[in-house]
Amino acid sequence: MSVTPPLLEIEGLTKSYPGVRALSEVSLTLARGEVLALLGENGAGKSTLIKTLGGVHQSDHGSFRIDGECVAIANPRDARRLGISVIYQEFTLIPTLKVRENIFLGHGRPWLKPISQNKERARAGALLNRIGSQLDPDKLCSELSVADQQVVEIAKALALNTKIMVMDEPSAALSPREAEGLFDIVEELRGEGIGIIYITHRLNEVEQLADRIMILRDGEHITTQPAADLSRDQIIENMVGRSLAEEFPARCSVIGEPRLQVDGLTRGTAVENVSFTVHRGEVLGIAGLVGAGRTEVARMLFAADLPDQGTITLDDVVLNLKSPRQAIAAGICLLTEDRKGQGLILTQSTLHNFGLPNLTDFSSKGMLVHRRERNGFQHYCDTLNIRISDLQQRAETLSGGNQQKVVLAKWLQSNAEIIIFDEPTRGIDVGARYEIYQLLNELSEQGKVIIMISSDLPEVLAMSDRIVVMREGQVTGILDNKSSQQKVTPEDIMRYATSDQPLKEPMVVPV
Amino acid sequence: MTVPKIASTKKWSLKKQIVDHGMLLVLLLLCAAISALTVTDIHPEDPAAGRQLAKLALQKYETKPNVLIVVRDTAADRAFAQAMNDELVTGGVNVVGIASGTPRHAILQLAQILAAGEDVDVIATHHFASQWEVLNPSRLAKVSEKPITVIRPLSYRWPSFLTKNNLLSILNQNAPIAIMAIGMTLVIITAGIDLSVGSLMALAAVVTAVSLRDYLGGADAHGGSVALAFGVAMLVCAVVGAVAGLLITVFKIPPFVATLGLMMVARGACYILAGGADAVKIDAPAISSLYDASVFGVSSQIILMVILFITAHVVMTHTPFGRYVYAVGGNVSAARLSGVPVMAVLITVYIVCGLCAGVAGVLDASHFLTGRPKAGEFYELQVIAAVVVGGTSLMGGEGKIFGTLIGALILGVIQNGLNMAGVDSYRQMVIYGALILVAVVVDQLKKKVINPGIVSQ
Repeated sequence: MSVTPPLLEIEGLTKSYPGVRALSEVSLTLARGEVLALLGENGAGKSTLIKTLGGVHQSDHGSFRIDGECVAIANPRDARRLGISVIYQEFTLIPTLKVRENIFLGHGRPWLKPISQNKERARAGALLNRIGSQLDPDKLCSELSVADQQVVEIAKALALNTKIMVMDEPSAALSPREAEGLFDIVEELRGEGIGIIYITHRLNEVEQLADRIMILRDGEHITTQPAADLSRDQIIENMVGRSLAEEFPARCSVIGEPRLQVDGLTRGTAVENVSFTVHRGEVLGIAGLVGAGRTEVARMLFAADLPDQGTITLDDVVLNLKSPRQAIAAGICLLTEDRKGQGLILTQSTLHNFGLPNLTDFSSKGMLVHRRERNGFQHYCDTLNIRISDLQQRAETLSGGNQQKVVLAKWLQSNAEIIIFDEPTRGIDVGARYEIYQLLNELSEQGKVIIMISSDLPEVLAMSDRIVVMREGQVTGILDNKSSQQKVTPEDIMRYATSDQPLKEPMVVPV
Repeated sequence: MTVPKIASTKKWSLKKQIVDHGMLLVLLLLCAAISALTVTDIHPEDPAAGRQLAKLALQKYETKPNVLIVVRDTAADRAFAQAMNDELVTGGVNVVGIASGTPRHAILQLAQILAAGEDVDVIATHHFASQWEVLNPSRLAKVSEKPITVIRPLSYRWPSFLTKNNLLSILNQNAPIAIMAIGMTLVIITAGIDLSVGSLMALAAVVTAVSLRDYLGGADAHGGSVALAFGVAMLVCAVVGAVAGLLITVFKIPPFVATLGLMMVARGACYILAGGADAVKIDAPAISSLYDASVFGVSSQIILMVILFITAHVVMTHTPFGRYVYAVGGNVSAARLSGVPVMAVLITVYIVCGLCAGVAGVLDASHFLTGRPKAGEFYELQVIAAVVVGGTSLMGGEGKIFGTLIGALILGVIQNGLNMAGVDSYRQMVIYGALILVAVVVDQLKKKVINPGIVSQ
């Protein structure tokens, strides 16, 4: 009797870094046409697992079998040859090359063999069609949206006759509608018999896509079960090792007088005539698809970009800010969505990152008083529960949640009154998210004004008192999420996010 | 949830020490190696040696001998002879004469003394003159019936590298480069580069010379005018630095290109100011007072260098400005969004770099008493090499001021060592370049030791 061996079998995978056991004795199987959701908090070992599979890292122990045959994966080239494609969060496309050039890059073609442009164009078009994309193969990758870049990454993998595809948080940077497109592609690949390992932090995607769920925690395999057998709560419990009553803490906000008024904010065509008001103690959510102009609004509030028109009024004083430095002095701060690129100086210590906007506080007669800075940071490490081993620890070594808290600490020290969160929990694991939400609540209870831009609809719905919905630079709706009897639903937001009727007056629309 | 108390100081570890102070270790090892290679017989010829020899002579001879001192006709030798003479006379010895000059002088004077009926028992001299043919015992026997003993200070073995004079001269020779490297360190920490420093050094020297000649009184210029000329020269360099900063910040020109252009503009300006001459002579005597000043035998150049390094270190580690410089280099957009006045910081950094080149330039003018349009050619590369060898990353955001000092000294010591070993200048260039590469490779490997792959998330 012969049983078809599974597509991929990993056994006893172990990998240690100095001082850390990233993976210990992890095993998994993957069948053809199966979507295996790989879940775990940051630092659980997911990345190590897929990097080992992709040949970026080598394991200390463990074996790989593909179609029952023992294989060695010593480098990314081996992985590709064996039909393993990994789509990392950081895309590997070269922005100055065309779509088709990127798709066939690194195919091991002879160096001097002429390339037939037409043939390449046709093959690229066919691959893109296969996953339902109408993308022009001659477009430059620098002109593509994040979603389209991802499509190109997938096409690039398919061009290599991939049997096993690994996707690391593919939906993290996508709007809900774009994510739907991605799910269609995943279904398509599944139908073709490709085995997919799918990493995500979003549990609704898991429910929608996964056949089986595998959970890692602290480098150890916790459980692998059919998706239908695990409830959301069980998943979270397995991931964090403790039970979280809910994904979101309850909000009990007391909303006071208006504090921040934005009137007619305009910048080119990216943002047109945006107006809204935020009150004391309120969390204002800004929802919309990627490219709707939400981040641009945030950057203008922070004076990182200057508006062509429009006024910003804080506590009845019109602000005329020319630089982030002035915005900070006025009590406005921005926690950018691109934490690693814009929020932190990764190669420098957490302490210095914390101190950067606050050096006047920590100086006396023009000289820094290092002790004052350390004490200040220590205070926030305690109150915000920032976990670091050393004040000199480089920011890049922290988990996403701790990085976000370091950024928050530096703004709290600068006495920020208006706190703008752009995608506050992107790339942050479930346990740390909960803490961020709690902090958000505490800050609004202290009377601070909070603006939260988010593409994560459950997050927007659970945390916002009111929701501004934007589309193509304009406000299409301001929804009351607190006082109305009927709560706003994801469908409501999507309706406004795709509506082409800009809101005439800044008023709250009944749902 | 409990938060562990965070350690504010790191544990001491050998690995960390080596990683942090690796270049200092390299410098010390280099010094040790060169010392070992340059051990030679040292023949002291200084006044101290003269006194030493006189004391020995006083102990050795029970009866007071008649002594003739023989030296060359140089200032140093006369000082040696004088010191010995004073010591001997105090001890009651009869010094019959001091012959300072060529061997011929020595033998003539000896003959004269003998002819006058005086005895000469001992000829006191130093190693160099004791090798003269005329002081050979057989030759002396022909001149004098009584035997004459030749005495000289004791010789000993010691690395010629490791003498006070040599070490001070290494510091003195490399001070201009090291001073310019301070400004360059700041620029490179902001992830920039400044290629104009060599030209600016020449510009400062020429501006000093021309302004003294044409506007500040020529040969009659007094100290105040000279100081004013120095000020004008440094101001010109600061302005060029500010222009570089503006080109880079306002017009977003890459630092490499902006300063490459200014490098040529400044060099050309030097020749125009000098009217095509190779050098503009400075006639005011006060010009040399800057370079010639010294404290306890340490030249003003070295003292200035040390003061500037200490100041720069304090600014970079203990002031908000220093922190801003690191932040701009580490991540310019994160710095801007954290309220760092990026543009002002960048412009200031290039002004500081220009000023450092200006300091090197006025020192050059004070040293050579001219403004040379050719001064400082290719210095920008040596300066960058010193900064890089000192461990500052060309990617920006990292680097230490004292690392740069060590970098400059490593290069200086290598050059000095190669000179002493008699390596010709072409081979020196090859070795010099290769050593810079080795230093940078070691620096890269060192980073791998601290960061063996970021632990995956």
